[in-house]
Amino acid sequence: MSSVLYDAPGPKARARSRAISIVGVILVLAVLAWLILAMGAPKTSANGAVQPGLWDATRWDVFSDVQVWRSLGGGVIATLKMAGVAAVLALIIGVLFSFGRTADHKAIRVPTAVVLEFVRGMPVLLMILFILLVFSTGSYWAGVSALAIYNGAIIGEALRAGIQSLPRGQREAGLAIGLTPLATRFTIEFPQAFRQMLPIIIAQLVVLLKDTSLAFIVGYSELLRVGVKNLPDFFGNRYLFSFFLVVLAIYLAMNLSLSWVARFVARRSGPKAGKLVDPEPTLTPKDPLASVRGGYSTGDAGGQGPA
Amino acid sequence: MDAVIENLPIFLEGFKNTLGLLLLSGIGALVLGVIVAALRISPIASFRGFATVYTEIVRNTPLTLVLFFCAFLLPYLQFSPPFFVLAVIGLTVYTSPFVAEALRSGINGVPVGQAEAARSVGLTFGQSLSYVIMPQAVRMVIPPLINVFIALTKNTSVAGAFFVFELFGAGRQVVNDRGDAVIAILAGVAFFYLIITITLGQIAARVEKKVAVLR
Repeated sequence: MSSVLYDAPGPKARARSRAISIVGVILVLAVLAWLILAMGAPKTSANGAVQPGLWDATRWDVFSDVQVWRSLGGGVIATLKMAGVAAVLALIIGVLFSFGRTADHKAIRVPTAVVLEFVRGMPVLLMILFILLVFSTGSYWAGVSALAIYNGAIIGEALRAGIQSLPRGQREAGLAIGLTPLATRFTIEFPQAFRQMLPIIIAQLVVLLKDTSLAFIVGYSELLRVGVKNLPDFFGNRYLFSFFLVVLAIYLAMNLSLSWVARFVARRSGPKAGKLVDPEPTLTPKDPLASVRGGYSTGDAGGQGPA
Repeated sequence: MDAVIENLPIFLEGFKNTLGLLLLSGIGALVLGVIVAALRISPIASFRGFATVYTEIVRNTPLTLVLFFCAFLLPYLQFSPPFFVLAVIGLTVYTSPFVAEALRSGINGVPVGQAEAARSVGLTFGQSLSYVIMPQAVRMVIPPLINVFIALTKNTSVAGAFFVFELFGAGRQVVNDRGDAVIAILAGVAFFYLIITITLGQIAARVEKKVAVLR
């Protein structure tokens, strides 16, 4: 552990830091163990009936039923179906938005900017409800189209930032060799911008995958609704907590693997790829202090994110 | 249009609750986020590991699932304050890792040469942090932090689906009464959301321009 902020620790300071670290681990483990034990302890409710603890076998025996796993699998497929279609549409909409936003004519640029600002400032849930009620599309298409429009707007902004960060010479060179403005954009500017922004786009797709759970609220039977509503309704409320934990684990597995892909792509095609491009100077993860302070770099959308 | 005007008190009530949710969970997330960010850059490895695991897990959990936990499972575990408090807890927990990441990226964004220069002119750890690193880090942190709060504003709408009466909940209730004016009502709700998000966005742009560190 070396840092420019303080002198290199001597043997005493190192020993102290190690001791605190061990105490910290013990403390965290103790709190976790206490929580797990407290949840596992049988509870007596007000009327004197004793409920078994949350880790009791009677709360978990449903999972030996193949049918339960089949339903959960159906939920996962429904979630992925919504996320997949919405992701493809979001990419298409994002490309259209980025072209509209960088168009030469003011008559295209200004309305696009207004629409983008409007869409980005609205909750996705409100958009889902709006599409569901106004166009009466059914919950699946309401969810897909709202997610596609919202995430398309954010991807569009990312692509625009990518296009604008390119050196002017790229466009000028394209025009100079006789390509039309549109061909220049498609064959020269856009591929570079897309590559530059790929980590942000994938991070946004993780957000999209997470947001499919909003369709739960309008009644689409995806993983969340199947896992924490339909199945507990059928098998009894005492399984609610068990189902919740399983659903959480499935979501984490899906999202973490997609995040991992995002990080992998960020490492491969991050700021250093394409040396012509000047990456945003401040918040880039390749910064030296990152390693000094022991953090690791992520290529995530950061502030764009938690919708 | 008359459906919006007639029901204006309901909208304003919802707007008030949305602002309340935003304010309380914003402050909560800021406090929790600062703690997580501090753990994340601390020299003690176990704290760092704990903060990393916390960030990864919470960030990859859907907000709906977090709020479901707060609305149904916490009462089930015999902890049952009103739904408003439960929603504040859920939004606080969900937003805190995003705050922490914004803070951390700000601190990491200060070039290492600044710290080296501070140390080489003889400033101590505390001095170089408070006179050199932090003043620059805070400026860089504010715009991404405001973006996190804009996202939080939009996320409060999810709480409306879990029995909290805020803007989204108000909109749903009015739509149930006046099914004939769905477009006007939802546009009204959107207008109130845009009041908050566009204002915050303008502030972010203003601050960014004003306090940007010139390099």
